[in-house]
Amino acid sequence: MDGITPDLLALQLFTGLALGAIYVLLALGMSLLFGMLTVVNFAHGAFYMLGAYAGVLLLSIGVNFWFCLLLAPLLVGSLGLLCERFLIRHLYGRGIDYPLLLTFGLSYIMVEMVRILFGTQGLPFDTPDALQGASDIMIGYFPTYRLFVIGVAIVVVVALWLFLERTPYGLIIRAGARDPQIVRILGIDVARVWLVVFGIGTGLAALAGLLAAPLQGASPEMGSSILAEAFVVTVVGGMGSLVGAVVAGLLVGVVVAMTSLVAPEFAQVAIFALMAIVLLIRPQGFFGRAGLMS
Amino acid sequence: MEMTKKAAVSRRSLLAASALLAMPSIVRAQTADTIKIGFPVPLTGPYGTEAKDQVACAQIAISEFNEAGGLNGKKAELLVRDDKLDPGEAATRTIELIEKDGANFICGSLSAAVQLAVNNVAKQRGVIYNSISQSDQIAALPDWSKTTFHEGMTPHLTAGAVGRYAFGKFGKKVVFLQADYAYGHEMVAGFKAVGEKMGIEVLADLRHPLGATDYSTLLPRIQSLKPDILVLVNFGRDQQISLKQATDFGLKKTTKIVAPVLLYTARQAAGEKAFEGVIGGTSYYWGIESTVPTAKAFNDRYRKANEGRVPSDYGALGYAGVRALLEGARRAGGTDTAKVIAALEGLKYDFYKGPQEIRACDHQAVQPVFIIESKAAGANPNDVFNVISTDAANADNLVSCKDEGHV
Repeated sequence: MDGITPDLLALQLFTGLALGAIYVLLALGMSLLFGMLTVVNFAHGAFYMLGAYAGVLLLSIGVNFWFCLLLAPLLVGSLGLLCERFLIRHLYGRGIDYPLLLTFGLSYIMVEMVRILFGTQGLPFDTPDALQGASDIMIGYFPTYRLFVIGVAIVVVVALWLFLERTPYGLIIRAGARDPQIVRILGIDVARVWLVVFGIGTGLAALAGLLAAPLQGASPEMGSSILAEAFVVTVVGGMGSLVGAVVAGLLVGVVVAMTSLVAPEFAQVAIFALMAIVLLIRPQGFFGRAGLMS
Repeated sequence: MEMTKKAAVSRRSLLAASALLAMPSIVRAQTADTIKIGFPVPLTGPYGTEAKDQVACAQIAISEFNEAGGLNGKKAELLVRDDKLDPGEAATRTIELIEKDGANFICGSLSAAVQLAVNNVAKQRGVIYNSISQSDQIAALPDWSKTTFHEGMTPHLTAGAVGRYAFGKFGKKVVFLQADYAYGHEMVAGFKAVGEKMGIEVLADLRHPLGATDYSTLLPRIQSLKPDILVLVNFGRDQQISLKQATDFGLKKTTKIVAPVLLYTARQAAGEKAFEGVIGGTSYYWGIESTVPTAKAFNDRYRKANEGRVPSDYGALGYAGVRALLEGARRAGGTDTAKVIAALEGLKYDFYKGPQEIRACDHQAVQPVFIIESKAAGANPNDVFNVISTDAANADNLVSCKDEGHV
């Protein structure tokens, strides 16, 4: 291919990282739910979509974008809490496919509700004024908003890591994931821990959806296509591994970007080819524990 | 709501009748007290908004016909069905419309693939089908038959009109970015056909999968090629998202973005920022009412029935498609298939957007194409495009009947 300069390559790499940032946020929530609760959340894409629509709703009543970043995940996270409390909780300990089927059904209900309330056409979502346009990043111009998305992803990853590794709550969550029975014996209400984890996971999905909305608008189906990609990321990174979610998310973004440069038709296939290769060499993914699914 | 009620009533009366006669084909002949037009469109799915507007516009053609007294006292009736944007579903609904509901004519569908399925069913049963979808294939053999009519535009016509305008005005260095399916391929072929004559240089011809949500990985490369024109050949949500992201990447500063078709409904859904300055073609824009009297009459009628809103491009095709069939029936003095075909062939009419003609050899509507440019914020929410050029109806801009395989 002619016309591929080092600057273009660098810019393309950067585009991949920006794309990966959304995957990271989505896969983090998914991995959290699987690692801590062994719930394979098929409604994750729907919560992602709800995040975008929560943003639309909040903006329409005059809340500014910055507060939306906080409020939309809280709103959708609260809905996640309700789902956990009244639906998913009853299925713990019943095998992995029970919550999988439940969340699969839930996703249909949520998408249909949004279609009824907001229409099938999708809604516009303007990039916030302060983040409009492109910025000079030495190798060329890059949309300011995408830089912002990378920044938010970094902040979230660091915050989540600090929360889980450096706070007493994080300690309880990690302990609850490893041996719920012992934690219960120690006098801790594990059910509440799981409730909170589910809220965080769905809140993260909502944040990813809200961040994606200025890139592609809000539409009822926006969660369904990205759900498959997010699954690939979690599988490649290792189901349940947060480090894996971050590494694999960025890697998938970069793979898509680089494939697009030479053969755009194969960009989508490349994601799944990557997954196939990783699964052949390392069935548990980069950072996954072997045998977790069995 | 009203239309479902009608459908339910007709089904009930049909059931009663078929209980008496126990033979659907006889029922069709016996209960033919109305002219029934089957109308399969994708009411659910991503093009639900466009489909609902097709129905709203088709109803106008029906009520106009009935208010004028119908045909020898026979009133027209629209049987709306949801094809769910699926060829199989559309074929099933069309079979039901013809065999159970006794539809005299079929009109409708939006997707090119669905339209071919509907045509196939109607063709086998010898029922006239007037397609309102954008397609070259339908007017050509082997899909075409004597009962096939096409009120919609063809990609060759649309891309030709837009290409002639854009390549002459904005430059010859062109990048194509197309959705990788029939619509994209047909449109790009149309652009290249006219571009070749005008001496354009194709810097890249990129394809993206249908329904892609991110174009960021393609944009830096397009930018580095520094084209005069980026031709964005995709539809609906793909078009909205790719335009938005191209704008974010600052592509509009150096490159004119051109699309074969700019949809009124998509522009309304995406907001003005992404579409601003983008040029494309359309079969209809309500704003032509300032110069075209029939457009004014049609818009006014639509406004009255739809709370002051204006008809969309694809919607208006629903009106024209149904009205052409009713006009054919009126001229033929009944619904006899052969007579209606004869009445429609070569028919000259001006229903809603200036003079048109049904080309006798392939039943394609020879029609004007409007080149429009998307505005910044307009005077009101309906005011989204400027009509910057009009290609009057001209059969020379279509694929010739010979090239379509007609003798």
